[in-house]
Amino acid sequence: MGVLDRTVPAAEPVAEAPSLVTRLHGWVVTVDHKRLGIMYIVSGILFLLVAGSMATTIRLQLVVPNNHLVPPQVFNRLMTMHGTTMIFLVAIPILFGFGNYLIPLMLGARDLAFPRLNAFGFWLFLFGALLLYFSYLAGDGLSGAGSAPDVGWFAYAPLTERPFSRGSSTDYWILGIALAGIGTTATAVNLLATAASMRCRGMTLGRMPLFVWLMLTSSAQLLIALPPLTAAQVMLLLDRFLGAHFFDTQAGGSAVLWQHFFWLFGHPEVYVLVLPAFGIASEIIPVFSRKPIFGYPVMVAASVGIGLISISVWAHHMFAVGMSPAANSFFIASSFMVAVPTGIKIFNWLATMWGGKIRFTTPMLFCIAFLFQFLCAGLTGVMLAVAPFNWQLTDSYFVVAHFHYVIVGAIVFNIFAGIYYWFPKMTGRMMSERLGRWHFWLMVIGFNLTFGPQHIAGMLGMPRRIYTYEAGRGWEIWNQLSTLGALFQAAAILVFAWNAIVSLRRGAVAGNDPWDAWTLEWSTTSPPPEYNFATLPEVRSRRPLWDLKHPDDPDGPYE
Amino acid sequence: MQSPFRRGSYAGAIALPSPGLPNSRSARRLPPLTPCRENVNGDVVHGASIFAPAGAPADAIQTLSLFVLAITGIIFVIVGGLMVYCLVRYRRRSDDDGREPPQVYGSNPVELAWTVVPIIIVFVLTTTAIRSTYEIQAAPPPPDSLQVRVVGHQWWWEFQYPALGVITANELHIPVSDPAHPTPTYLTLESADVAHSFWVPRLAGKTDVIPNRRNIMWLAPAQSGTYVGQCAEFCGTQHAKMLLRVVVHPADDFARWVQAQRQPAARNPGAEAGRQVFEATACVSCHAVRGTGASGTFGPDLTHLMSRETIGAGAAQNDLANLRDWVEDPNRLKPGVLMPAMQLTQPQLDQVVSYLASLR
Repeated sequence: MGVLDRTVPAAEPVAEAPSLVTRLHGWVVTVDHKRLGIMYIVSGILFLLVAGSMATTIRLQLVVPNNHLVPPQVFNRLMTMHGTTMIFLVAIPILFGFGNYLIPLMLGARDLAFPRLNAFGFWLFLFGALLLYFSYLAGDGLSGAGSAPDVGWFAYAPLTERPFSRGSSTDYWILGIALAGIGTTATAVNLLATAASMRCRGMTLGRMPLFVWLMLTSSAQLLIALPPLTAAQVMLLLDRFLGAHFFDTQAGGSAVLWQHFFWLFGHPEVYVLVLPAFGIASEIIPVFSRKPIFGYPVMVAASVGIGLISISVWAHHMFAVGMSPAANSFFIASSFMVAVPTGIKIFNWLATMWGGKIRFTTPMLFCIAFLFQFLCAGLTGVMLAVAPFNWQLTDSYFVVAHFHYVIVGAIVFNIFAGIYYWFPKMTGRMMSERLGRWHFWLMVIGFNLTFGPQHIAGMLGMPRRIYTYEAGRGWEIWNQLSTLGALFQAAAILVFAWNAIVSLRRGAVAGNDPWDAWTLEWSTTSPPPEYNFATLPEVRSRRPLWDLKHPDDPDGPYE
Repeated sequence: MQSPFRRGSYAGAIALPSPGLPNSRSARRLPPLTPCRENVNGDVVHGASIFAPAGAPADAIQTLSLFVLAITGIIFVIVGGLMVYCLVRYRRRSDDDGREPPQVYGSNPVELAWTVVPIIIVFVLTTTAIRSTYEIQAAPPPPDSLQVRVVGHQWWWEFQYPALGVITANELHIPVSDPAHPTPTYLTLESADVAHSFWVPRLAGKTDVIPNRRNIMWLAPAQSGTYVGQCAEFCGTQHAKMLLRVVVHPADDFARWVQAQRQPAARNPGAEAGRQVFEATACVSCHAVRGTGASGTFGPDLTHLMSRETIGAGAAQNDLANLRDWVEDPNRLKPGVLMPAMQLTQPQLDQVVSYLASLR
C-alpha cells in the first residue's frame, strides 16, 4: 500500500456527498481495522437485540407455573439460540471488535498485521452467523423435523445424534459455529501478529496497555480452545452423515467424550470473553480514578496466569458425570487455583481507585457495577468448585445465575463501559450522559433483579432449561422477580439503542481526548484518519499522553 | 472407564462420623425451609431445598455448603465493604482543585499480602472439598444394602429391584436408613437413550445418567416421607416433565410395599373388555403388565399403575379423568411425549381406562 493508493486529487472541486451505494460499497470492501472493528461491534449489538428478545420471551414463559406462552419445542429452540447467539455472535464479535479497533491505535500502528485476513475473518463470522439463523427457514431438512437448533448451547451427545435430532437443525448449529470459529481464529492470529510486530518505537511489551495484554492472552487462549470444539463438531458431522460412532452411544460411542471436548473449549472460552472485558476495565478505571493502574506487572502476570490455569479446569463443569474422586479432586484444585490471580486483579483495581479522585461518568459507573457483580460471580464460582456443593448446584438455576453474573454482570457491563468510553473516538461525538445514567440504573437494577433471585430458585431445586414447572414448589416468587428484572433490562437496552442513535447524529463534538486519558488512541483525531497517525508516535512510558501533558513529571522513571 | 466407586477408603460407611465433617447430624437437623403441600394420599410432599436435607449424603453436603457460604460471605462483606468505602472516600468532591491525585504505581509488599492470603483460603477450601468428595463418592456399599437399577428414558424413570423382582416407574420406594444402623440404598444409573441426571435435592446431590455408562450413587434418608426431584440434564422436548419422587418408608412398610409390587396384575372380571382392547392394540408393544401377554419395555411397566401418584412422570395427578385424557391423547398433558394417541373410540377408551384403573 503505497502513498499513491490514497492520493486524493486535491485540485478537483469537492463533489457532493457520496451516494448510499458508494458508502455501503466502501464498508463492504474495506480492509480498515477501524471499520471492521465497528462492523464487528454493530453486528454484535444487532444479535444482542435478537438474543435479548429471546431471553425476554423465555422469562415471560416462566413467569407463572404451567404457562402456555410458547410450546416446549419452541422454548428449547429459544434457549439454545439465546445461548449460542450470546456467546458466539454477541460477546466474541463485540470484544474482538474492540480489539480490532483499538489494538493498532494503542500500539501506534497504522493497521493490523494482516488487513485482508481481518476482512476475511469478519465476513466468515457474519456468514456463519447468518447460516445459523438460516436454520429457522431450512432446518426442517428432508424428514420435516426440526427448525432451529434445540439441543442446548453445549449440544450434549447423544441428543445431537440422528436418532434424537432429526432434520438439519443440529447441522446448522455445527456449521454455523464452526464457520464463525474460523473467522474468530483468523482474528486471534491477526491480533497476536500485530502485537508481536507492529508496535511503534518505544512500545516495549512492558509498556503495552493492559487492554492489549488481555486481548493477547485471550487470543492465545482462543487458539488453544477452539480446535477441540471444531474437531468435536467435525466428529459429530461424521457421526451424523457418514455413520461414524464417536458419540453414538447406541453403537458404543462415548457421551462423556463430547463433554470433555466441549468444555475443553467451553471453559477457556469463558476466559476468552472475560479477559478482554478485564482489559476494558483496566483502561477505564485508571482514567476515571486519575491514577495509573496499580501493580501493572502483577496485573500482566495475573492475566497470563489466568490464561494458563484456565486451560486445566474444564471438567469442573462435569463433577456430576461420575468421574473418579481423584479426577474430581484434580479439577477442584485447579479451579481453586484460578481464583487466586482473579482475586489479585480485583484487589489491584480497588487499589487503583484507592487514593484517586473518582469521576462517576457513565463508563466508570458500568465498571464499578462490574467490580461488585464480578465479586459475586467469583464467589459463587468458588462455591461451584467445591464438588459436593456442585452436585447440588450444577444444572440448576444457581448455575444459570452464576454464569450470567459472569457474562452479563462482568462482560456485558464492561462492553457497555467500553462503548460509552470509546464511542467518542469511533464517531467523533459524545454519547448522552443523561441517557447513559438512565441506561446504567435500569440495567444495574434489572440485571440484579433478574439473576439474583435465580440463585435462590436453584437452591430450592429448580433445574435449568425447563419450559415450565408445577405450582407449589416454592419457585413462583423468584421467577416473577426474575421476569420483572428482565423487563427492566429490556428497557435499559432500548434506552441504550436510542442513546447511540441520537448521539451519532446530535451528540456533542468530542475532540481528540474528551476523557483526559493517557493511551495513544486519544492522541489522534476522533474519528481517526484511515492511516491512524500522521507520523508514527514514539513512546517512553506506559502512559504516553501523561508524559505529554506533564513534561515536568513523566512516568518513565517510576516504571 | 471403570466405575468411580472404590472400596476401602470410606471410614465407617454411613455410620461413623468423620472428624472434620460429620455425616450423621440427625440431632441437629434443621426444619424444612421450603413450603410443603398435601398430596392426594395425605402424605406431605416437601419442597426441594438443598438446605433441608433428610439424611445422608445431603446432610454432609449441607454442612460443607454452609462452611463454604460462611467463608465466601465473609470475603464478600470485607471486599465489598472496602469497595464501598473507597468509592465514597475517594469520590471527586465538588470543591476539587482540578489537580491530579498522587500517582501511585504499585507496591510489592501489598501485592504479596493479597496473594498469600487468598492462597491460604484456597488451600483450606480445596482440602476440605477433596476430603468431602472422597467421603461421599468412595463409600463402599454395605453387603446387605438395597440395590436399585435406575434407567433414564425420554422422559420417564424406570426403577428395577433385581433382588426383589420389582419393576416400577417414576416413583422410587426405598426404606428409611437409621443413622445409627444405616441401610443405604445404592442406585446404579443407566440410560436407555440420551443423558439425564438424577436429582432429589433433599436426599443427595445429582448424578448424571449417561447412556453406555454405569454411574453409582447412594441414598440414606433418615426421615420417611415423599421427596420430589426431577431430571437435571437437558434431555429433549419434555425435559421439564421428567419428574421423580422418592418415597421413603419405615422398614416394615417397605416390606409390605415390596410384597404388593411382587404380585402379578390383579384380574378384575369387570375390566375384561378393557384388557382385550389393551392387548389388541399397540399398547402391549411398549408396556408390560406382569401376568398378562403385555411385555413391552419401551414404556413404563403398568402392573401396579394405580399405586403411583402421578402419570406421565409427574405430568398430572393419577386420577381417572387425567388417565382418560392421557390415553386419549398423551400430547395434551405432555406435548412431544413419545407415546402416541391410539385413536380409540369413546367406548374403547372407557374400557381401557377401567382396565388400567383395575391395575392396583
